[in-house]
Amino acid sequence: MTQKSSGFFSWINSRLPIVNTYERHLSKHPVPKKVNFWYMFGALASVVLIIQIVSGIWLMFGYENTEEGAFASIEYIMRDIEYGWVIRYMHTTGASMFFAVVYLHMFRGLLYGSYHKPRELVWVFGMTIYLVMMAEGFLGYVLPYGQMSYWGAQVIISLFGAIPYIGESLEIWVRGDYYISGATISRFFALHVVALPLILIALVFMHLVALHEVGAGNPEGVDIEKHLDEDGVPLDSVPFFPYKVLHALVAIGIFGIVFSIIMFFFPEGGGYMLELANFEEANPLSTPEHIAPVWYYSPYYAMLRAVPDKLGGLVVMGAAIAILFVVPWLDRSKAASIRYKGILSKIAMTIFIISWLMLAWLGTVPVTALRTTLSIIGTVIYFAFFLLMPIYTSIEKTKPVPERL
Amino acid sequence: MGKKIQVSWRKQPVFVIRHSKEALEKLPEVESKLDDPGSLKIDEPYRDLNPTRSLSTEYTVIAGVCTHLGCAPKYYPEMESQPWDESWVGGFFCPCHGSMFDIVGRVFKGVPAPTNLKVPPHYFDGSILTIGEERGTA
Repeated sequence: MTQKSSGFFSWINSRLPIVNTYERHLSKHPVPKKVNFWYMFGALASVVLIIQIVSGIWLMFGYENTEEGAFASIEYIMRDIEYGWVIRYMHTTGASMFFAVVYLHMFRGLLYGSYHKPRELVWVFGMTIYLVMMAEGFLGYVLPYGQMSYWGAQVIISLFGAIPYIGESLEIWVRGDYYISGATISRFFALHVVALPLILIALVFMHLVALHEVGAGNPEGVDIEKHLDEDGVPLDSVPFFPYKVLHALVAIGIFGIVFSIIMFFFPEGGGYMLELANFEEANPLSTPEHIAPVWYYSPYYAMLRAVPDKLGGLVVMGAAIAILFVVPWLDRSKAASIRYKGILSKIAMTIFIISWLMLAWLGTVPVTALRTTLSIIGTVIYFAFFLLMPIYTSIEKTKPVPERL
Repeated sequence: MGKKIQVSWRKQPVFVIRHSKEALEKLPEVESKLDDPGSLKIDEPYRDLNPTRSLSTEYTVIAGVCTHLGCAPKYYPEMESQPWDESWVGGFFCPCHGSMFDIVGRVFKGVPAPTNLKVPPHYFDGSILTIGEERGTA
């Protein structure tokens, strides 16, 4: 590799492995030759991460992290700073789109068994990214200090209070005060703009390093490492450049169009992405009539509401996220991809999707007796899908997975 | 139908409700729906004094902070069917997670909130209500 590069690059590369790394992880990195659109969302997630970092830095130019100034500074960004509204809506649309592409990316993982051996760690790092993203999204939602910011923070911080013995002190420690105040805003600001993004970037790095070590999966669940050419490159692979890059560019182009349409024309997303009550300044004396989280938390919110017990609700919600981490060890199927799995897996997957979407809807609408019952059913199905996975994936008959892609 | 006003104490809402005689007389009827009608699970400051749970026979003074996750419950005094309860007899409903309380802030069974709404320290001096202090401690 090095002998091909001339003068300058050769000088650098013998001191810093920049060319080697570029070839190993980008230009020559082998990717499966046949994948479908489901394999684009990882690339899109990294694009959104960059959008969030850049728009976030620009937002910080105008934002004030105080109890008195936070809400007004957002209005200042929206009205007085030139194109401030574009920057802000880019960031809020980015938050929703981040979750959208990550949910699709995760669903791809479930569908094609992307967590199967040897990709367990790739999945675990990915789930950790998702967990940190949830915290990051919540902290960011508090910063504008609107009505939903305040009451969302009130509810989420109170969740710590459900922990036995240490709960109440923990709550005060997290809040930095006896109630939500400037102390809360400034620490949430620090965590949102410095601490969690650093962790997020580190985790994305680990996710990619782990992925490149074992290689990307494919919709057939074929292990392409079994058939290598004389250089040790999988026969069923193509180099990352230009094949994967050009594919990704098309996806990024389409994604950019969707993103722009939302950002310019529907930044509130009908109240699901930016809630209408959040255009009103925080009022600690009055909870909004209808309170619901933004869409990307709503399935878990529905679960919290379904449990008629304070600690129980917290445990169920935590377990719903925690169980995702162990999926690689719950799936006992010989086939990774749903294409070669048996009928039980297909039925389970279908019911799971329906119940997840139902929970997502239930989390956004006010409670009624019937809806609480539906939330309980949805929660039971959610857990059954994962907890029964070791059983239905081992007893069902799978189709033989082909040798080559 | 009791009139409610809302005041702020330590930056948190406090509800003061003036009950009618009839409403107070009907309080025992709702007890079968309640989780802890005698407020035994919490540190109740004025236990067994008045059905209002306060130092007054007419007014209830309760913290407007849901004991579940801290939202301010909404007051629905009308005895009429509500989307969350067909046999609603009046009380507080929390919009966040659907917890229900009766008109003196006692929690219903089968809701996420674990305990009754708290009664803050207070005293009445004629027509003046002071919240946050016991009589004589100021």
